[in-house]
Amino acid sequence: MTSTDRTPISTGSEWTFELIDEYDRQIGRIAAEFGLETYRNQIEIISSEQMMDAYAASGMPVYYRHWSFGKHFLNIENHYNRGQMGLAYEIVINSNPCIAYLMEENTMAMQALVIAHACYGHNSFFKGNYLFRTWTDADSIVDYMLFARNYIAKCEEKHGIEAVESVLDSCHALMNYGVDRYKRPYPISAEEEQRRQVEREAYLQQQVNDLWRTIPAGKAEKKGQKHKPFLDEPQENLLYFLEKKAPLLEPWQREIIRIVRKVAQYFYPQRQTQVMNEGWATFWHYTLLNELYDRGLVTDGFMFEFLQSHTSVIYQPPFDSPHYSGINPYTLGFAMMSDLRRICENPTDEDQHWFPDIAGSNWVETLQFAMRNFKDESFIQQFLSPKVIRDLKLFCVLDDDNRNEIEISAIHDEEGYRTVREQLAGQYNLGNREPNIQIVDIDMRGDRAMYLEHIQHNRRPLDENTQEVLRHLHQLWGFDVHLQSLQDGEVTATFHCPEEDEERAHH
Amino acid sequence: MSYLIDRRLNGKNKSAVNRQRFLRRYKKHIQKAVSDAVGKRSITDVEQGEKITIPSQDVGEPVLGHGPGGKRTIVHPGNREFIAGDTVPRREGGGGGAGSGRASNTGEGMDEFVFQITQEEFLEFMFEDLALPNLVKRQLAGSDAFKTRRAGFSSVGTPNQINIVRSLRAAHARRIALGGPKRRRIRELEQELAALQAREPVLRDNKRIAEIQEEIELLKRKIEHLPFIDEFDIKYNLNVKDPLPSSKAVMFCIMDVSGSMNQATKDMAKRFFILLYLFLKRNYDHTEVVFIRHHTSAKEVDEEEFFYSRETGGTIVSSALRLMKEIMAARYPTSEWNLYGAQASDGDNWNDDSSVCYELLTKEIMPFLQHYSYVEITPREHQALWHEYQQVKEQFPDCFALQQIVEVKDIYPVFRELFQRRPA
Repeated sequence: MTSTDRTPISTGSEWTFELIDEYDRQIGRIAAEFGLETYRNQIEIISSEQMMDAYAASGMPVYYRHWSFGKHFLNIENHYNRGQMGLAYEIVINSNPCIAYLMEENTMAMQALVIAHACYGHNSFFKGNYLFRTWTDADSIVDYMLFARNYIAKCEEKHGIEAVESVLDSCHALMNYGVDRYKRPYPISAEEEQRRQVEREAYLQQQVNDLWRTIPAGKAEKKGQKHKPFLDEPQENLLYFLEKKAPLLEPWQREIIRIVRKVAQYFYPQRQTQVMNEGWATFWHYTLLNELYDRGLVTDGFMFEFLQSHTSVIYQPPFDSPHYSGINPYTLGFAMMSDLRRICENPTDEDQHWFPDIAGSNWVETLQFAMRNFKDESFIQQFLSPKVIRDLKLFCVLDDDNRNEIEISAIHDEEGYRTVREQLAGQYNLGNREPNIQIVDIDMRGDRAMYLEHIQHNRRPLDENTQEVLRHLHQLWGFDVHLQSLQDGEVTATFHCPEEDEERAHH
Repeated sequence: MSYLIDRRLNGKNKSAVNRQRFLRRYKKHIQKAVSDAVGKRSITDVEQGEKITIPSQDVGEPVLGHGPGGKRTIVHPGNREFIAGDTVPRREGGGGGAGSGRASNTGEGMDEFVFQITQEEFLEFMFEDLALPNLVKRQLAGSDAFKTRRAGFSSVGTPNQINIVRSLRAAHARRIALGGPKRRRIRELEQELAALQAREPVLRDNKRIAEIQEEIELLKRKIEHLPFIDEFDIKYNLNVKDPLPSSKAVMFCIMDVSGSMNQATKDMAKRFFILLYLFLKRNYDHTEVVFIRHHTSAKEVDEEEFFYSRETGGTIVSSALRLMKEIMAARYPTSEWNLYGAQASDGDNWNDDSSVCYELLTKEIMPFLQHYSYVEITPREHQALWHEYQQVKEQFPDCFALQQIVEVKDIYPVFRELFQRRPA
């Protein structure tokens, strides 16, 4: 294309509302041509101070109040003011309409990049990916957060800030264990939520009283007979269990647990799809903006600015760099998405061998398929190609504390591809990343103590926060809490709260 | 189509409450940092904000995670020379390679949590739990302070004060009142009409029926023509201005500038005065300061001269007290002003003079004062002045205080000691 048939939307770097509107329209049109389905966008222009507020609240326009958000805010403010950290260009929320923030300081090119990335990239991911479709309710989340904020504020008025804060502290400590992995909750509106909350309160309190039944058990049952465990099966959703069964909690405390649980559930898919989500959004901003350029709608200067920030976003420092802090999800995601397109459009013999189903297929459909039906773990397992492994020069390091040296177990070669792919997929499996801890029994006939088991994976122990988290668990449960780490059925460590003698495990 | 919204005008301090909660939770840490800072700072910037540092583990939010150990495989990018099967010595503390991307959970790698508090917050923490002894006098001091207060409703006012509910209620009442007789008449006529129409068609008085119908029409039209809202329906919110009592304080700073006071001692005195001044300023709407310096004779001076000019000579403390008394009588009637005295000295005084000071203080000054504090800045033994002052304290235990300061770092603790909030 020659420069003569260029009619750029804008030439300067300043943005205006009209320009943003125009860019959004053009990008939206191209996105639709590529078959991206999105929620309606709500683009909000905010200042950098507001961006810091948004940051501290994980982007939520409404959030309940808690000191830890104040801590995050102070941290961000401190780093930002000292110039150690630039603010992200964008925050986008999985809601309907999909709220995306643009910072007023950004140039026009950056705003366009953010629109392409957030409003069409992330937005279509939220709308399409099965995890988001199954586990989150984009329609009701903002309403729900509003309900949560008001409810917690009301509790603070009634019971005091400190009492509420301590429940929230405990819930936050267990937040990662407040997720239903299999059952899907159904959506309800905020008013409905409020109405139900009142009903739930009354009903739950009745249920709990079961634990308190003081009528003496029959003699036969008392002796001889082996007691039936209180739980039919182990419970992995600790917060859910506490909400429903903890004997001493007040109704409002149960409701707070529920709120934290719901929030955890809402964020759960994001934690499982980081690579895919960022990769998808990055791939699309790259594709959409290049398309804008090809159609003569943006200038060379625009492209230079865009490419510069695109390049820094997908930069992956090598493992021995001082800036290295793990694999950059933008890099990995973008590399895989782009490679998928390449496999469809220009398959090599290697691709034909590794991906016979998709080599040479329609790339738009294949990418849509990948975006809709996978999470990070399975996406990598399914689509990480030898080429990407070679490009990123991925290698596996085996660290076994029984051996004095660490071993390079696989590198980017013919023998290593499958191992690298498998290990990398495992690295994104939340089940491996977070210790597997479940409630196995409640001593209903004795002191109502709670027993938990940590099933160790590859002998990996719990870290030094365990005792502290157990204290929070104890606070919610109200009776003794015991945790055992098991490796192949053998107890390797025990934790108790309140602590028993000197058994406490030190690291 | 997207919605495009400009949110920049919305409040930016959404996190203010959470921030306050954080500060409240870590009050102890911050107070300690503030107290350290007061000791270290130069005089001119006692009022600045402060960088607060808290050990990370104290602000941690614990979650369950894996500790080091066991067997794990981590995938890293950027391989250069390794081939499969290579072994490498384990790096100290690294657990093999730089972090595995999990460290962010716990915020490891940062030993300290650092943040900034504002000047306002700094003062807040600095003077927390301190109270001014003795009640504060408040005075209706004329014109400058008012508070507007709602005082019911009025039928006159400006349009922005229209009370819509009241106005519409009045209009509704008026319409009911004015339409009442007509509606009653309509009901009567309708009854009559019904009675007439109930008769056999031949017996009907058609002329009367037409008359009645016409009258009903007329009445209905009249009711319709009642104005929906009339000027005298409109009610306005009535606000009245109440004058606010304001509190005024004057602080007398008295300092010995005789030869025995060196620059370092004066510096300490100044810090003490500044603390006191900031404290008073927070508690009163208006605060004035009177500087009196003395050697053998006393003089009222401005701030610059008070702290920086040097004189030599002997010391007669009573000269300053006498001057203070005169200024009090001339300019600060005790009915309006809250009076505070603060004196700093190294304890030297003309021997005979100390008892004069006692007389002056107990008889002519202390009865009018809210509080008088004396700090003696000396590492040496106390002299006559201190002992006389101790007797003053016995007479006025509530509003007289004396303390000794040896080093700069004593100042803030001594200050806190002097103004510690006491159970009433």
